Amino acid sequence: MDIRVQEAAFDYGAECARFADGRSGIGAVVTFCGVVRNDGGSLQAMEIEHYPGMTERALRQIAEEAGKRWALADCLIIHRYGRLTPGERIMMVATASAHRADAFAAADFLMDYLKSRAPFWKKESTADGSEWVAAKSADEAALARWSRRA
Amino acid sequence: MTLEILYFAWLRERVGLPRETVTTEAATVDELVRELSAREERYALAFSDLSAVRVALDQDLADFDASLAGVREVAFFPPMTGG
Repeated sequence: MDIRVQEAAFDYGAECARFADGRSGIGAVVTFCGVVRNDGGSLQAMEIEHYPGMTERALRQIAEEAGKRWALADCLIIHRYGRLTPGERIMMVATASAHRADAFAAADFLMDYLKSRAPFWKKESTADGSEWVAAKSADEAALARWSRRA
Repeated sequence: MTLEILYFAWLRERVGLPRETVTTEAATVDELVRELSAREERYALAFSDLSAVRVALDQDLADFDASLAGVREVAFFPPMTGG
């Protein structure tokens, strides 16, 4: 398990290759990358704040929970903070498993949980000023589908 | 009891501080929130709608009726928006 919270950009291609390389006994690697979306074309920057200490702890707990639910050989979470511009990569997850169903489900689970259970907050800046992004009720609802299966 | 209190995102902006050390006899998070809100208007404003506030005790999410016994760090923040 590899969890990284960092301000610096990461090399998505290199991280995916490094994660997948040199493994035997697995048949599936799933990777996901989140990108700063420019809704409406007016976004100038996105500032991501986090809670150092709790962030790493929460991500580790989420990854450990994924490891209990699915047969994972490994997982990787990288999440950035600080000032990002549209098109920049915010975060990535990767999961490795014997079969693709576990790798897909675990990656989906990691994304749902880290959206609303890891202490990150986004603030968007446009020419009109800046505003904190509100949590979506759909994100909270997304967690319910995992609790039914628990 | 001495607590380290942390504020994030718009709670940090409304309170005007990222963190502070507070001496309190509050037994629960609710009592602490009432005590802070009574102090100054900026706290009352930050805590005016608790449905939009989350709390963590020693870096674990908690409820507002949770006990502060043995707690060292309390953090207040809005619902999280990671990913």
